[in-house]
Amino acid sequence: MREVAIVAFAQTRHSAADEGLSEPELLLPVIGEVRAATGLRTFDFTCSGSCDYLTGAPFSFVSALDALGAWPPISESHVEMDGAWALYEAWARLQHGDAHTALVYGFGKATQTDPHELMTLRLDPYYLAPLGLDEISCAALQARAWLAAGGDERIMREVVRRSRAAGRANPFALDLPDPPEDETPLVDPLRPADVAPPADGAAAIVLAAGDRARELCERPAWITGIAHRIDPHYLGMRNLARPASVGDAARAAGAGKGAIDVAELDVRFSHEEPILREALGLGGDVLVNPSGGPLCANPVMATGLIRIGEAARRVMSGSAVRALAHAASGPCLQHNLVTVLEG
Amino acid sequence: MPSDPPLVAEHTLEFPGGYTRTTGPVIGRFLTELRDGRVVGVRAADGRVLVPPLEYDPLTGEPVTGEYVEVGPSGTVTSWTWVHAPRPGHPLDRPFAWALIRMDGADTDLVHAVDAGEAKAVRPGLRVRPRWRAERTGHITDIACFVPEVTTMAAPIRTEYRVRPGRALGRFLDGLREGVFLGGRCPECDKVYVPYRLSCPACGSLIEEEVPVADTGTVTTFAINNLPDPRAPQVPFVSAYILLDGADTEMIALIGGVPADRVRQGMRVRAVWVPPEERTASVTNVRWFEPTGEPDVPLGGA
Repeated sequence: MREVAIVAFAQTRHSAADEGLSEPELLLPVIGEVRAATGLRTFDFTCSGSCDYLTGAPFSFVSALDALGAWPPISESHVEMDGAWALYEAWARLQHGDAHTALVYGFGKATQTDPHELMTLRLDPYYLAPLGLDEISCAALQARAWLAAGGDERIMREVVRRSRAAGRANPFALDLPDPPEDETPLVDPLRPADVAPPADGAAAIVLAAGDRARELCERPAWITGIAHRIDPHYLGMRNLARPASVGDAARAAGAGKGAIDVAELDVRFSHEEPILREALGLGGDVLVNPSGGPLCANPVMATGLIRIGEAARRVMSGSAVRALAHAASGPCLQHNLVTVLEG
Repeated sequence: MPSDPPLVAEHTLEFPGGYTRTTGPVIGRFLTELRDGRVVGVRAADGRVLVPPLEYDPLTGEPVTGEYVEVGPSGTVTSWTWVHAPRPGHPLDRPFAWALIRMDGADTDLVHAVDAGEAKAVRPGLRVRPRWRAERTGHITDIACFVPEVTTMAAPIRTEYRVRPGRALGRFLDGLREGVFLGGRCPECDKVYVPYRLSCPACGSLIEEEVPVADTGTVTTFAINNLPDPRAPQVPFVSAYILLDGADTEMIALIGGVPADRVRQGMRVRAVWVPPEERTASVTNVRWFEPTGEPDVPLGGA
């Protein structure tokens, strides 16, 4: 495998309210930041992750190219997924050997619709979507399955408290108070604070290969493992309490080959953290979501990419030697991407 | 500069009438059977029955066999969650459960809604059946929702009577019409029974002496009732044993004119009568007993 590293990361100050910026306008500052950090104006490859349905505009990802300028023509690709999968594609592209730098970005303007209802559209259109099964209802079924398999609601409450406290110290996350003890459930057993708050936001990462990475960054965060695996889609045909694809992805990425200092996990519902910790084999000594995680800001389609960026940031700063980032897609942690980063 | 107020436009993305999707043979078979009011699964190569049917076994990726198996009509809830506030796109417009349902004969779970009325009616193991739509088109919502199997039923009970009071109670009610509580004294036991009766329940002696007693008395014990009763002034109401002055047995009656939590044993009370012109030969002549305001009376031990 060709050595590939993250050499720059930037994200917006995410907002739970519509501040009137278009998607390219959300993206513009973070592209500027990673260009400034690396000194690069152009990249050998560009890949983005977003969801046109968030704004309801077909090919809205094409207009987002306005934020970087695509003339003369650039080598560009897009995934209709979280930007974490765009990073995976860019990493794979750099393996070809003819490209040495890549720009990856993810963005989402989640405040213009109800993204939890919107996610019904991603479900199997024959058996699930016609039921109107929204994202929170799906997650609640998983939370219940986890509780029935020995989970504990107090763990969920603690995940929320710890995440929100960490998020309050993160200038890019929302400033969320400790939730009241007696919050009324939305869909049992999920309470409002168990649900990641959708936000408008964007993030960008620059990848570079080999010596190019060493030139661009004092301490690159090397991608020593990256893999994604997927569970069956239909909720009734898999073990919701123990999604197999999380552990499969972690093994394929070699997560267990050394100690993990810090993990940034795509926890968009509080019960997902203990499920992921168990599946990833993270002990109590591993610092999880020191950024506050998605429970403190969920800029849909950038959230997973930000996990990779937050983990890389800690490796680049020297505060972590070996970090794990997780991104998820699909209902109930169906599709999981694990990235291992080392200094 | 941002506009003030901000410019906002409504925007809807929709395929009016819905986007037409071809089903393929496997899903098409399932939906065709649904239209006829049946639920079928498809047998996988290893013998498992997948419900709803998929073209490929999600565990192995192998094509399924093409053998369709009718399952149900009942199923068992394996996991569930309760929706407190249904969204417009949900199958029901009142709180309901999403559930994973293992149809009888199936090896996988079907996701659907369960109309159970209240969350505490749902649990893993709950047996449910489809509630079919009258007009079916071959759609997962041909099953409007699932409903719990029948485990209880209402048994209608009503019989009608014409009741006469008997001689003793008749005499007592005559007294009430005149505004008097009538008791009877046992010649052997020397006890005054209220209401009046023809014989002593203790010794069996005939009682011939009618004894009017006072309409004041003492509460000996009481109960606070939280279920509404057409005869009671309000909820909660208090029913009490009252030992009328001059009587040796207690009479049951309502207490009024005092909050339920102020009623106590030993409290002195007086009957509240309806006006004389409204009186009939009925216990309803006494609305209830209310406190007299006298000091409480210490109650003797039994």
